[in-house]
Amino acid sequence: MEFINVALPKGRLGEKVYDMFEQAGFPCPSIKEKGRKLIFENAEAGVRFFWVKPSDVSIYVERGAADIGVAGKDILLEYAPDVYELLDLKMGKCYMAVAAKKDYRDDPSRTLRVATKFSNIAKKYYAEKCRDIDIIKLNGSIEIAPILELSDVIVDIVETGKTLLENDLEPKEKIVDISARLISNKTAYKFKQEGIDKIKEGLAEIVRNKND
Amino acid sequence: MFNNKILKNEEAASLKLRSLYSSFGYSRFKMSKFEEYDLYVKNKDFLISDGIITFTDTNGKLLALKPDVTLSIIKNSTDDGGTKKLYYDENVYRISGDSKSFKEITQTGLECIGNVTPYDECEVLSLALESLATIDENFILDISHAGLVNALLDTLSIGSDTRKKIISALRSKSSDALASLYEENEIDQNALTVANKLIANYKSSASLLSAFKGLGAQEELESFISILTAAEKLGFAKKINVDFSIVNDRSYYSGVIFKGYVKGIPSEVLSGGRYDKLMKKMDKNSSAIGFAVYLDLLERHGTCKNEFDYDYVLTDIEGIDAADVIAKVKELSCGGKAVAVMGEIPKGVTCREVISLLKGEK
Repeated sequence: MEFINVALPKGRLGEKVYDMFEQAGFPCPSIKEKGRKLIFENAEAGVRFFWVKPSDVSIYVERGAADIGVAGKDILLEYAPDVYELLDLKMGKCYMAVAAKKDYRDDPSRTLRVATKFSNIAKKYYAEKCRDIDIIKLNGSIEIAPILELSDVIVDIVETGKTLLENDLEPKEKIVDISARLISNKTAYKFKQEGIDKIKEGLAEIVRNKND
Repeated sequence: MFNNKILKNEEAASLKLRSLYSSFGYSRFKMSKFEEYDLYVKNKDFLISDGIITFTDTNGKLLALKPDVTLSIIKNSTDDGGTKKLYYDENVYRISGDSKSFKEITQTGLECIGNVTPYDECEVLSLALESLATIDENFILDISHAGLVNALLDTLSIGSDTRKKIISALRSKSSDALASLYEENEIDQNALTVANKLIANYKSSASLLSAFKGLGAQEELESFISILTAAEKLGFAKKINVDFSIVNDRSYYSGVIFKGYVKGIPSEVLSGGRYDKLMKKMDKNSSAIGFAVYLDLLERHGTCKNEFDYDYVLTDIEGIDAADVIAKVKELSCGGKAVAVMGEIPKGVTCREVISLLKGEK
């Protein structure tokens, strides 16, 4: 029997996602043992899990190293990988927003300086509004940009809004809702559809029960 | 003696495909490496990638290194009522996926241009299936019908923005995205039902017919069913998968569209369809169908790495007549073996056997 290779995002979200796989009938107990091992398999269930950096999941799946994987909608929107988006796992829920200092007032007559990790999402959002912007691509601590006058606004993920609040910022506009998605490599879906659909159905069942 | 083993995967496939196409009466179309940039600007959306390498010709005209072959073939076609069947085997230059840098890509394919009959359509489809079979027996051809999808979407009461959202959901097979469009009242129950039918896979023409009967777009459905039935009769029933997630730009494709996948290659290796609308856009009155095979993707497919750099290395040839050494090489290389003559074996080079000529020893 052929294995289905699953790329899971390292970290808290990934562990929750693994729990869902376990409940859906695709367990791999060795994954919970502490150690530096990155690949785990369960021959009986026909699955092989591996941990990768969350933003790399879509790369592993698009290039076929993993058949399926779990990635945030933010990553899928930002990098637009050529994959199928089979299921919304409705976890890791948050949203992409434009945030700025509480007292910030937009001046449409000037180019808007936008600091973000998600430059493609930001560009697309403002292009639809025909707004001229200057993208400042940062890799972390985005919140500091408006405080130091590096940018007027930021485009970032907002979970609770606590980090923003602590830095005297607040969300001004919501761009899009984000949650974790089950994605599949296109070729793998053609050749392992039965197995992948079984996993998808199992996970969908859990999502439905959670939301009922 | 010609040694087949020295052909790389993509080279061997290219030879086989060329012989397949010419056996069906397709003649080779050879073109220059450059084309006027203008041609691509006018039809930018047809191209797979945006990036084009341009340069200025001696007369000041802006030229481009071909990013695509189809547009050049259409440009050179004449509306004389006849049907031209052409194949090509060319290098194109475009930005490749992840690396975001320009790449030279070997592309083989064929185009049938002119008065395209239902037979021609089936012939092209069968050649697409045969092409995939040439590459690997484990293949699937996803097939969709742009005319049917567009006609069905036309029956729904939706605006162009919503249409785009439905198409994007179809493309990523995301039934959740459709469900949220319904929840947000962007589409009604009927639209949701139709869209959900379009997101599912169908393994046979019969199952497709039973799912779509009575939904409208009867003419398109019938034409699609007849193409599918023909392909099934050719013995490819198990290799065909009706999948409407292949939704190309509606302004180019008018009829059947398809994409071929081979097990072990992460993206599609073959892509094509009927593009009457593109012909019209380029001021041609005739119709056309064709496909391209992306041979560069075969580079890493199914090849086992050579165990050694050479089969034999001949050393210690000092004082031995060159003619004798060459005779020895010829003798050893019989049957496709690689024989290298070197005084000293460089570090890192591996070979199955080292033969010292001086002592006549192995």
